Amino acid sequence: MSDSPAPTTAPPASPAAPLRRPRLFSRGAAALAIFGLMALVPLVAHLSDDPFLTVAFTRILVFAIAALSLDLILGYGALVSFGHAAYVGFGAYAVAILSRHGITDIFVHLAAGIGVAVIFAVLTGAIALRTRGVYFIMITLAFGQMAYFFFTSLSAYGGDDGISLRGRSTVLGTDLLAHNSVLFYVTLGALVGLYLLAAAVVNSRFGRVLAGTREDALRMQAIGFRPFRYQLAAFVIAGAMASISGVLLANQAEFVSPAYMSWHRSGELIVMVILGGIGTLLGGVVGAVVVLLLEEWLSVFTTHWRMGLGLVLILVVLFSPKGIAGLFERLLGRGK
Amino acid sequence: MFNLFLLQLLNGVQLGILLFLVAAGLTLIFGIMDFINIAHGVLYMVGAYLMATFAAATGNFWLGLLVAMPAVVVFGLALEVFLFRRLYDRSHLDQVLATFGLMLIVTEGVRMIWGSSPIFVPVPELLSGSIRLLGIINYPVYRLAIIAAGLAVAVGLYVMINHSRIGMLLRAGASNRPVVSALGVNITWLFAFVFAFGAMLAGFAGALVAPVLSVDPGMGGSVLILAFVVVVIGGIGSVKGAFVAALLVGVVDTLGRTFGPILLQMAMDPSAASQTGRTLAPMLIYILMALVLAIRPSGLFGRRAA
Repeated sequence: MSDSPAPTTAPPASPAAPLRRPRLFSRGAAALAIFGLMALVPLVAHLSDDPFLTVAFTRILVFAIAALSLDLILGYGALVSFGHAAYVGFGAYAVAILSRHGITDIFVHLAAGIGVAVIFAVLTGAIALRTRGVYFIMITLAFGQMAYFFFTSLSAYGGDDGISLRGRSTVLGTDLLAHNSVLFYVTLGALVGLYLLAAAVVNSRFGRVLAGTREDALRMQAIGFRPFRYQLAAFVIAGAMASISGVLLANQAEFVSPAYMSWHRSGELIVMVILGGIGTLLGGVVGAVVVLLLEEWLSVFTTHWRMGLGLVLILVVLFSPKGIAGLFERLLGRGK
Repeated sequence: MFNLFLLQLLNGVQLGILLFLVAAGLTLIFGIMDFINIAHGVLYMVGAYLMATFAAATGNFWLGLLVAMPAVVVFGLALEVFLFRRLYDRSHLDQVLATFGLMLIVTEGVRMIWGSSPIFVPVPELLSGSIRLLGIINYPVYRLAIIAAGLAVAVGLYVMINHSRIGMLLRAGASNRPVVSALGVNITWLFAFVFAFGAMLAGFAGALVAPVLSVDPGMGGSVLILAFVVVVIGGIGSVKGAFVAALLVGVVDTLGRTFGPILLQMAMDPSAASQTGRTLAPMLIYILMALVLAIRPSGLFGRRAA
């Protein structure tokens, strides 16, 4: 399934990898640059008197979290989940449903969203991991669609049309998140935190075993590992991370609908990860930023912006097989 | 009640036949070329639009069909030559990304040329009206004609795949591509043929369905997911599996939507039953797929895990 070479997870400067070609930018520096630039967005929005910018970028960061979580299983476990949007939906509906009943604290929302995501991921992952390759893609799609139709039928909570929130989640009784810039920085903080967590997971023994099962599950079994446990654990972690993005998405949009969970959304998440560069963690983040910015930017010029996005996707595949991350690595690594 | 059942059963079979036409090409392309074509639904959509255009231009359903079919094949071949050919030896994920991009482009192109509003195609004179079946139900002749045409294609495919030289190459290609190539078969030519053939089947399905459904830019996406469900339930690369799975999916989906709420009413009160029925009905085919894959991880007729 995955023809990509092993990801270079160790920083190039580390003495453990003396043979690796030195690059202008290590991945850590690239991450720092991206997150640093992001942190300036509310400032730019303030200076240019364009409050919409902060809101738009909050949405981008939310999807960056979702794409990051998908890359954890797609890039490092070769588990192409086509139902990942369901987990975003669990987080979003945790906010909508609990708020409706007067429970507005974000920590309760997070706990509920993560809890549902973990249970769903354990149950469906255990079944889905019996299959491989394309069959895995389709069975995760099936479970995603079941979740989608379940929330579509919840007429008490808006059904097909979705439900508007009365307000954002509260933090320990205060309405801190009501400020757009606070929500932005909370989302950015969550992204950075989850990125560091994902990097730690990938670099841990657990992450090495996971990457090993991606390359050759049979060999890992032969040396005494049970791939299933590692894959299922990764599947659950990714689902839990995606549900956090869902909690933030509901707060950003102040609206929740089953459309968040449709297969289109899952497909978009996969597109973001592949476009950015699979198995790089940062690639998913970059992919989310690029896809959503293209969407915003192209739709200014034409209502037919999807055609432009489609062209970009085809060109990236034809001319930069490893996505945007691969393009940068080639550009910056050249001449060394 | 029995009348309704028969009626819905026929509707289910008709849906299944259409799904089979789309899925047959998809499963061949999948099985033989190991190529994931997200843009396959686009061919179905383009078939329907070309049919609508040519039928309106010539004023005749049959002339329209006669012109639309070669046009879809040419369109499919152009895609194969200019894009897909470069993607065969790439990873599945690259294929998904590129064909997803292509789907966006073509869908948007269709919207630019024909607009977003649905187009209607009149049922041909010869097949209009309905016929009385078993003396109890009236059923539209055109829908019966769809079923008949689809069954004819299925039989033709069966004969072609199992009893012709090209079919032998297809079967050989599906089980071991490098060996077929090593034996001196022109793989480039074979792939182009398979692709054009798949395009024709999907386009044919689109053209057939044009008078029954409205033709709109969303039709490609919705049929694509169902076709993938069919391919996976049937087992990748198996045309026989696609046929069985397509009928299964068509019938289960159609009957589930009608009879799910009715059956549930026996067990619970009407409002709860209709609520649960509405939830369960669209889920049924996905539950079916999950069950099949949980028990047989490579589909009903799949040879091995992909």
